[in-house]
Amino acid sequence: MARAGPEIRGNRVVRKTRRTILDWFDHRTGLETAIRNFFYEEIPSSSGWHQVFGSVALFLFLVQAFTGILLAFNYAPTPGDAYNSLKYIITEVTAGRLVHGLHHWGASMMIAVVVIHMIQVFLFGAYKKPREATWMVGIILLLLTLAYGLTGYLLPWDNRAYWGTVVSTQIALNVPLLGPYLGRLAAAENNIGVVTFARFFGLHVMILPPLTTLLIVWHVYLVRRHGVAPLADDVRPPKKFYPVQVMKDVVAIFVAFAILYVMALVVKVPLERLADPTDTSYIPRPDWYFLFLFQALKFFKGSLEPVGSILLPTLAILALILIPFVDRGTLRRVTQRTTAIGIVGLAALGWTALTVAAIKTTPKSPQELAENLAAPAAWSGLSPAELAGVGYFRQENCSACHNLTDGGPKPGPNLADIGKRKDAKWMIGHFKDPSQVVPGTSMPPIPLSDAQLNGLAAFLLKLKPENAEALATAPAIAVQGAQIYQDRNCGTCHVVNGVGVKLGPALNGLANRRTQDWVEKHFVNPQALSPGTIMPAFPFSSDEMKAIVSYLFSVPKG
Amino acid sequence: MAPKELADFITENQTETRRGFLSAIIYTLGALISLALAAPAALYLLIPPRSRKESGWVDAGDLGQFQPGQPQELTFRHIRVDGWKMRSEKATAWVVKLSNNQVVAFSPWCTHLGCAYHWDNAKRDFECPCHSSVFAINGQVLSGPAPRPLDRYEVKLERSRLWLGPVQKSEETES
Repeated sequence: MARAGPEIRGNRVVRKTRRTILDWFDHRTGLETAIRNFFYEEIPSSSGWHQVFGSVALFLFLVQAFTGILLAFNYAPTPGDAYNSLKYIITEVTAGRLVHGLHHWGASMMIAVVVIHMIQVFLFGAYKKPREATWMVGIILLLLTLAYGLTGYLLPWDNRAYWGTVVSTQIALNVPLLGPYLGRLAAAENNIGVVTFARFFGLHVMILPPLTTLLIVWHVYLVRRHGVAPLADDVRPPKKFYPVQVMKDVVAIFVAFAILYVMALVVKVPLERLADPTDTSYIPRPDWYFLFLFQALKFFKGSLEPVGSILLPTLAILALILIPFVDRGTLRRVTQRTTAIGIVGLAALGWTALTVAAIKTTPKSPQELAENLAAPAAWSGLSPAELAGVGYFRQENCSACHNLTDGGPKPGPNLADIGKRKDAKWMIGHFKDPSQVVPGTSMPPIPLSDAQLNGLAAFLLKLKPENAEALATAPAIAVQGAQIYQDRNCGTCHVVNGVGVKLGPALNGLANRRTQDWVEKHFVNPQALSPGTIMPAFPFSSDEMKAIVSYLFSVPKG
Repeated sequence: MAPKELADFITENQTETRRGFLSAIIYTLGALISLALAAPAALYLLIPPRSRKESGWVDAGDLGQFQPGQPQELTFRHIRVDGWKMRSEKATAWVVKLSNNQVVAFSPWCTHLGCAYHWDNAKRDFECPCHSSVFAINGQVLSGPAPRPLDRYEVKLERSRLWLGPVQKSEETES
């Protein structure tokens, strides 16, 4: 067609050289042939969008491995340090919140995608002869995915992690015959502790990943060996995997990844307080994908409990594994597989009903109840500085080493009667340089400003064994409000609970005088609502506004 | 060209374009995903974390304890931010009092490869035991592989108390 001009001849030389180099490498490494074989595999012409989920699941596994390794570079796998290092990753390490978010939400997404992949294969009957082994390896991969969820749940070592794992290890302990041995393996017979943590971490990062990798390789090998399952009425000649199906897989992967990325950027991963084995108010709940099992357990009381916790799940897994040997008829079109559709429908219905029931029956935690700031409580009588001190106490994680009420042994002394034993001067000196005041102490210095340390000391001075619990349970939002109140020096013009300067109006009883809306608008533009006022404007963020207003409305009428 | 050949040529060309289009989608999306993962990974590993406030200045003791012109090893406590930990740690400085209002405090590490050096009172110089770097009392390199004079702490005198600040790297010596 075109005459061979010098330019085209030049191209030909480049192409030929490139070919020679590639051939040289391929001859020695076999890489190009391997890639070629992988992408130019023949697949049925009926392959399409319904078969993208396996690739998406594999991709998500790789994302989990990638982000997991990154997390491991900044994470200390021992209780206490685990929590602190994770907090460090989220709040201080550059892009740490994103990496952690990808790993956290990626786990949920991977479980969802693996289940969708299984449902697709089930609906299309793609497990039929000779693909039984592919299906069974797939079921084991599903179980491994759940095992990641179970073991990874403990690793943040916050209250959620601790109490969730208490429940799951208790279930393992109740397994007939094997229970004690499982308990020993998990080092959780008596209590969850450092050894349990090490076992869970070892499982999560040392055993599960190589096992999963091995089984994925086997799974994909089997898919290749038996060929991708065709649709029932597919009679057309096969096509190549590349480019049409590869494009569909990549588009699906991209959509999943985009959703995951947005979630990791936008949705905050819950990191609760440091695990507190003495916290009797905590209501443990498993992650969403285990909620249905959790709810199902409620139907089995007393000695029947292992039926719900062990027997039924085991039977369900066995049934899943044996499906290819039960359903052995010839392949039919999806629309004609009414039994399969019925089973999936029923399972989805049951799962949804149990999950919704579990969410609905979750009682509000005492903290949330207290957040409903109706009844005056002991904490609402604290001065703003003292209440802000509660916040610094939590923020600096003092409860990792100190109890305020009765509780298990901790490295530091119980602080319930500290107000009787020490004074403010001693405390502040101790906060700034603990080993100077108490030689040999393992307490770290507290990196707060002088005003903040004053607040912390003020709170500790208020403590008595009788009121310690009531004071320490002050709701987070009021505490945050008090901290804002302190940071903005509101006390230089206002009085709360008898503390402050009476330049502006006293703030006790504000809730009776003004509406929430009025107070919020007043913060933004005081002049508009109270002409001539000397109060400066405070353009709070919406979170800050919520906190400060909730706090001001919670102080007693006075 | 005969009509048949022409038709074949067009469909062939169309599938060629279609293949190119699909490949473009695959490579573009693949590149986007790789970039979206590689960028945060690079930031995560290479950009230093937002560090907490380290207490800048430390009260290192009374000035009276130092003899003029006589280097003295001083141990003091300071707060160090170490990843997710804050700890109170021992630190050392070699303090040389020149007069009552002029004091120099050297960082205790040799500027070659970070070994701890010591003061040789007989020879009146600082000697590093690792690769035999020798420093004068003013920190200048006398011999050995050390590339620059000893690093110094920022120093502040307040009512006869010695305060030490962060270590300042010394300038490379020109030779």
